[in-house]
Amino acid sequence: MKNPKPILTLLFLCLSFVAGTALAEESFAEWLFTLDRMKEVRPVDNDNYAEECGACHFAYPPGLLTAPSWQKLLAPSALEDHFGENAELDDVTLAEITGYVLTNSAEKSYFKRSRKIARSVASMDEVPLRITEVSYIKRKHHELTDSMVADNPDVRSLSNCNACHTKAEQAVFDNDTVKVPNFAEWDD
Amino acid sequence: MNQSLIALLSMLVFAAPVHVHAEVASSEQGKVLWLQEVPVNGESRSCTTCHGTDLTQAGQHIKTKKPIEPMAKSVTTDRYEDPKKVAKWFKRNCKWTWGRECTAQEQLDILAFLKSQ
Ligand code: HEC
Ligand code: HEC
Ligand code: HEC
Repeated sequence: MKNPKPILTLLFLCLSFVAGTALAEESFAEWLFTLDRMKEVRPVDNDNYAEECGACHFAYPPGLLTAPSWQKLLAPSALEDHFGENAELDDVTLAEITGYVLTNSAEKSYFKRSRKIARSVASMDEVPLRITEVSYIKRKHHELTDSMVADNPDVRSLSNCNACHTKAEQAVFDNDTVKVPNFAEWDD
Repeated sequence: MNQSLIALLSMLVFAAPVHVHAEVASSEQGKVLWLQEVPVNGESRSCTTCHGTDLTQAGQHIKTKKPIEPMAKSVTTDRYEDPKKVAKWFKRNCKWTWGRECTAQEQLDILAFLKSQ
């Protein structure tokens, strides 16, 4: 090549553009770290939701289901008989929680696992009422036996995400952070 | 509006709740209610099903296994401070445990029992 300068200039411009956008609001390392965190699901960041929907069980991050599922679950008549329990809320609280959940449901999220869930739900015939009914989630757990879940006194139900996923509170579900209670380390 | 009318109105407004609280709350009766076993949906249920028999210890939700902080006021000191929260859980838990809502008197008795622990 006779004159490499234009290419070098172009390369330099590209790099500074990428770095510039990244540096505008956070450091480059933070930017990369954010990409890494976006692999999972957005953690719960609403106090009302955490309190009301985390009283009886782990507060499921909204990015684990798509909007139609949440709408079915949060209908006032549905909450009156919520898997055999009364989870009724007053109108004001219900409206706030519904708003929060619907803005953060799986299909609206940029988090990678939420996108996978949204794609999986799109291929299902019926709107799932449970996270544990989503094909993607079912597939990820098909190797688990009854002795690990239903008959395990420290688990009892697959709905109990945080019994096995040690970082579930941070909405991290990857294989490296799983420990089934009363069973040796999980290795796949 | 003159002063005495306001005074009269506020007496009327506050008279009803004061009347309810004037009923004697019995912590012994509260204990009986707390422990009573009721057959619902083919199983025997009581408040201890989730809250446990030792009120100073954490309970556990029977279905989800989520731990529930101790009910004894002396241990979990911020309990029973929010009337809306108390009313909400009485409604839910009485319906689930006894298959019906609790009466105002039952709630007073149970609260007296839980607060004395
Ligand atoms: C009074 C207790 C209670 C409250 C309050 C409650 N839930 Fe539940 N929830 C349950 C029970 C019990 C189950 C069934 C668990 C099982 O099958 O192991 C459940 C299951 C679920 C499931 C399905 C989990 C799965 O994939 O299997 C979702 C989603 C859910 N709840 C969302 C919510 C939301 C959102 C709120 C707040 C509006 C809420 N819950 C409040 C008791 C409650
Ligand atoms: C009984 C323990 C247990 C419970 C309860 C459980 N999981 Fe898992 N989960 C596992 C195990 C073990 C794996 C790893 C499977 C493998 O390596 O093939 C896993 C894998 C996953 C994965 C895939 C991880 C990856 O890196 O690909 C996701 C997502 C997940 N679980 C979400 C959930 C959610 C959401 C819940 C609650 C609704 C839940 N799990 C409840 C044990 C559990
Ligand atoms: C199915 C499980 C379950 C049963 C059975 C149950 N509770 Fe609860 N109760 C809960 C949960 C979950 C909470 C909310 C978590 C917390 O306050 O720590 C709660 C909270 C409460 C509160 C609110 C406490 C506060 O801090 O204000 C009262 C009062 C209460 N329960 C009374 C009762 C009574 C009375 C019974 C029996 C009629 C009963 N519960 C049976 C699960 C249960």
